[in-house]
Amino acid sequence: MNEKQDKLIDKKGIRLDGRKADELRPIKLQVGVLSNADGSAYVEHGKNKILAGAFGPREMHPKHLAQPDRMVLRCRYHMAPFSVPERKSPAPSRREVELSKVIRESLEPALFLELYPRTGVDVFIEVLQADGGTRCASIIAAALAIADAGVPMKDLVVACAAGKVEDTIVVDLFDAEDKLGEADVPVAYMPNLNAITLLQMDGILSPDEFEKAVNMAVDGCKKIYEVQKEALKTKYMVVKEVEE
Amino acid sequence: MSSLITKVRLKQIEQTIEKNKRLDDRSSTDYREIKIEQGVIEKAEGSARVLLGKTQVLVGIKVETGEPFPDTPNDGVMTVNAELVPLASPNFEPGPPDENSIELARVVDRGIRESHAIDTEKLCIEPGKKVFVVFVDVYVLNHDGNLIDASAMAAMAALMNTKMPNYEIKDGELKIKQGYTPLPMKSHPVTVTIGKINGHLIVDPWIEEESVMDSRITFTTNEDGNICAIQKGGSSYFTPQQILEASKIALDKAAELRKKLDW
Repeated sequence: MNEKQDKLIDKKGIRLDGRKADELRPIKLQVGVLSNADGSAYVEHGKNKILAGAFGPREMHPKHLAQPDRMVLRCRYHMAPFSVPERKSPAPSRREVELSKVIRESLEPALFLELYPRTGVDVFIEVLQADGGTRCASIIAAALAIADAGVPMKDLVVACAAGKVEDTIVVDLFDAEDKLGEADVPVAYMPNLNAITLLQMDGILSPDEFEKAVNMAVDGCKKIYEVQKEALKTKYMVVKEVEE
Repeated sequence: MSSLITKVRLKQIEQTIEKNKRLDDRSSTDYREIKIEQGVIEKAEGSARVLLGKTQVLVGIKVETGEPFPDTPNDGVMTVNAELVPLASPNFEPGPPDENSIELARVVDRGIRESHAIDTEKLCIEPGKKVFVVFVDVYVLNHDGNLIDASAMAAMAALMNTKMPNYEIKDGELKIKQGYTPLPMKSHPVTVTIGKINGHLIVDPWIEEESVMDSRITFTTNEDGNICAIQKGGSSYFTPQQILEASKIALDKAAELRKKLDW
């Protein structure tokens, strides 16, 4: 690793990939990209390329997992073997199991689980290429896929990370900053409800820095939220025009 | 976790919490009684049993030699594994680790790793080739709530109790000598978990509170009062204000625990 020699942020405050501290990577969202899934979305966030497909609400399989009083949401976050520099074994790693759990818990607050007893919704997330911040990009795609499946939601869930790199709090860390930076704080957020549904952190931050990072991540979320809404509109506006 | 019972219980728990009380007579920021016993397993290099109320967690440390990771050739290796042993709860089943035990292990791991609790550079025997590998095995023996804090505390207590074999290198061969030295430590992280029930924040939720709470958030902090790891869990949310409030409670509680445990 020779990145150590390169400064992650130069004297003018410009990051390795040319961004300012509060600047997000370019993000491209597409809804309804798969014909077999009930809902689907594709996200390109920097070099992250992630596909999410949602199925349901449908009968639970196996049946004994169905809950008499609510819907069950299942998420599977999975990385393709070719998504990272060294081939990743396709078997689910402990990291993927944990991420599947926290992603599910970040989406559940957006759903009316109690209105769909005995049913299940499955969300499958495939990371085709990873470049830091895949859990956030996965949440962005998964929320869109669920919305595209027509499952009523209280709000879209959007996610963005902030962190500390070279003593500066920055937003939306990419791979090198994630690995070599001092801290990473991924946040998932529902803007309309002002609710944080995922919060993790690793690295070391003072309480003040932590507060700043959370605020910065929430601001990032609000920006991506607009792109997310636009992506949904793009798909459904087109359908409307064809009907006319 | 029968939902019929918990819904009745939820009302009762909620009503007590509205009055700033809890069913077991604690205040919202009180921990249950903490007991730590170190060195309970003689055959392990380090061990500790923590009782947090009725929650009981045993951590054993084994130290072996192995290869370092290619990207950190000068650092020893630490791995954390957690077993939710079936005798600890009627809801635990034998079998490969499920997402709960994986999350538990990874949260404990993150707290120790991100606070640089172990001085891993001192665990290097031969750069790029041979290092000490520290296995932290968390054994949950009785589940009465807040496994994260109990496990993190037990893991730290066990690491502080760990003795490494003395060694010397002769002709490129590792020779174990007589005697032991303590595992080199740099920091002593403390982990505090806060549950949210109906918008109220409570420290150290026990099992009945856990079964009705919306969400939890775990903060690991170091002796400088900085935050080193966070994990939110559960199927609900926190507002940004609640997060900041929780972080303040966690820092206060951690300072208090640190004093009490003399860490």
